[in-house]
Amino acid sequence: MSDVLDAYPQLLRGAWTTVQLTVYGSVLALVLALVFGLAGTARSAWVRAVGRVYVEFFRGMATLVLMYWFFYALPLVGFRFTPMAAAVLSLGLNIGAYGAEVVRGAVRAVPKAQYEATVALNFTPVQRMRRVILPQAVALMLPPFGNLVIELMKGSAVVSLITIGDLTFRAKQIQNATGETLWTYVAILLIYFVIAQALQSLVRLAERRVDRMLGRRAEAT
Amino acid sequence: MEWDWHYTGDILPDLLDGLRVTVTATLLGYVIAVLLGLVWTLLRRTPSAVVNQTVRWVTEFVRSTPLLVQLFFLYYVLPTWGITLGPLTAGVIGLGLHYSTYTAEVYRGGIDDVPRGQWEAAVALNLPRSRTWLDVILPQAIRRVVPTLGNYLIAMFKDSPLLLGINVAELLNTAYTTGTHTLRFLEPITLVGVLFVLVSVVSSVLVRRLERRSHATD
Amino acid sequence: MPPTEKKALPAGQAPGLKFEKVVKRFGANAVLRELDFAVAPGERVTLIGPSGSGKTTILRLLMTLERPDGGLIWIGDDTLWHRERGGKRVPANQKHLHEMRKQVGMVFQQFNLFPNMSVLRNLTEAPVRVLGLSRDEAVERATSLLDLVGLADKADAHPTRLSGGQQQRVAIARALAMQPKVLLLDEVTSALDPELVVGVQDLLRDIARESDLTLLCVTHEMRFARDISDRVLMFDQGQIVEQGPPDQIFNEPTEQRTRDFLQAVLAT
Repeated sequence: MSDVLDAYPQLLRGAWTTVQLTVYGSVLALVLALVFGLAGTARSAWVRAVGRVYVEFFRGMATLVLMYWFFYALPLVGFRFTPMAAAVLSLGLNIGAYGAEVVRGAVRAVPKAQYEATVALNFTPVQRMRRVILPQAVALMLPPFGNLVIELMKGSAVVSLITIGDLTFRAKQIQNATGETLWTYVAILLIYFVIAQALQSLVRLAERRVDRMLGRRAEAT
Repeated sequence: MEWDWHYTGDILPDLLDGLRVTVTATLLGYVIAVLLGLVWTLLRRTPSAVVNQTVRWVTEFVRSTPLLVQLFFLYYVLPTWGITLGPLTAGVIGLGLHYSTYTAEVYRGGIDDVPRGQWEAAVALNLPRSRTWLDVILPQAIRRVVPTLGNYLIAMFKDSPLLLGINVAELLNTAYTTGTHTLRFLEPITLVGVLFVLVSVVSSVLVRRLERRSHATD
Repeated sequence: MPPTEKKALPAGQAPGLKFEKVVKRFGANAVLRELDFAVAPGERVTLIGPSGSGKTTILRLLMTLERPDGGLIWIGDDTLWHRERGGKRVPANQKHLHEMRKQVGMVFQQFNLFPNMSVLRNLTEAPVRVLGLSRDEAVERATSLLDLVGLADKADAHPTRLSGGQQQRVAIARALAMQPKVLLLDEVTSALDPELVVGVQDLLRDIARESDLTLLCVTHEMRFARDISDRVLMFDQGQIVEQGPPDQIFNEPTEQRTRDFLQAVLAT
């Protein structure tokens, strides 16, 4: 067990890589989710179809298969990715597809009456979305987004299979170096658990914030 | 490098073999997930606070840590305790255990959705507790959650490539091995992608139909 | 009403309204069948009649929340859903609708305040973003309107913290902040607790009397209809059954359908 503890610099480096992957992947996923999710609520059937195709394709695709494709297959036709880029792209594209469904559902869940009030006040379509609909939809998006970030963090473990030095990759290294199979895996499972719990509390904090903004809970004055 | 249709034709039978392993692992894992999830849910409802809290933290732990690491744990750690599992067995158990923590949440939601009046009616009829569960609550709860459970079958299918991490000869692994022999990765991995999207999209259409039907009968 | 408060109200010549053979269908169900009717500039008209008779649809067509299936709707000298191009009448585009909507305001049954903004922000957002007022001008206008509706102390409150009656007062102020010439009131007291109804009705009656607004009102409250209108229109199945000054409609209705309706409403 002490061998594993001695390897803590490696564990920390691995954890840091995992956190970085989570952050980059989530940012990409968020952008894709907003773009394709809002496309899914568009008036034009063509724009909606684009959103649909993205969602169906990338929800149907396994992240690891996508990652292998970026990493092993595409270089053969001249597109070369660093392992990190391949990893962030495939994590972001996959979680972004789930996120797009969240965005679409949240926008549609804002009561129609709110939309009607924006028409009555003569807001332009962009203002309706930007000033009234989206701020309310964001409140509905937050809890599912939080879960998606945790899914992305867990999913990032597969990057170890394309030689990125994340937490899981370090575990295999430490296991090979020390022969301490049990404690190595106990240690990294615990680290993953702690990261997930930390993300979980961030989400809860954000939820409380938004609830207060929308007056859904008693104001702490 | 051009796409080679001849090569594509040559590797397709191998890949379909891999797909068979993938589907087998997914289905077996799903059986575990669906049954074990129900066990977790029922254990969370026992009066014993110790059982209740233990189950709560165990499932929370399994749910918030990566499946791949859990597979490594089953495959590399258990032998040190004298339990050696074959790759496929470890993979099936890992998939099933991991997703049982998700299905447990689904069942919980389904049971919470059964109207209070149903419980009260069962008490009024003086049904024993076991009868209440088996004849009244669970049938209603499970009918409600069937479509959601269907979505988890698709999710498990998409997570099954992780089994290559413990050397299961599933679809992606087969494609990768084929690629290393010929140094042509483009065709096999692209084919795997196409197969995954095909199976997932077709299954989610089926699940959506199931969803509509279960809404219609409500 | 003190003179400072009166200043908050929209002023200036209001346009008349005219429906010409207006048709509106929902699926196979024709709600309005070639409806004709007109409202004079500055006139205050109340629509009464059974549910589903198309009264609310008339307001929603005027607010561009529904699109007509036929006919013309005039606001002043301009058609709402059509514009001129090369001497021909073509369907309105977004720009034309935006221009036309500048004259119209609406108060909804369910208030429809924006929960993501404070009360003050509800009143200033559209004047700033749509009319291009400076933040200071908008706040000044909003403050005097909140004063008018008796909620000057609630500017920083959150809409969901207010009672239904207070929310509806804010919604009225919000509509007035856009300085419409035509105000549409869609069953504005139906969602309120009984004890709050009279306050909101009295407020609207005062506003109607003090301003030059053209007013179109749908209500099930006959006392309110009598108080607020110059003319009452009895609707049934998308057609006007009978119309006249409130006294005539409520005291000596000539049509059997009007008598039945009034009896049913007053019995409850």
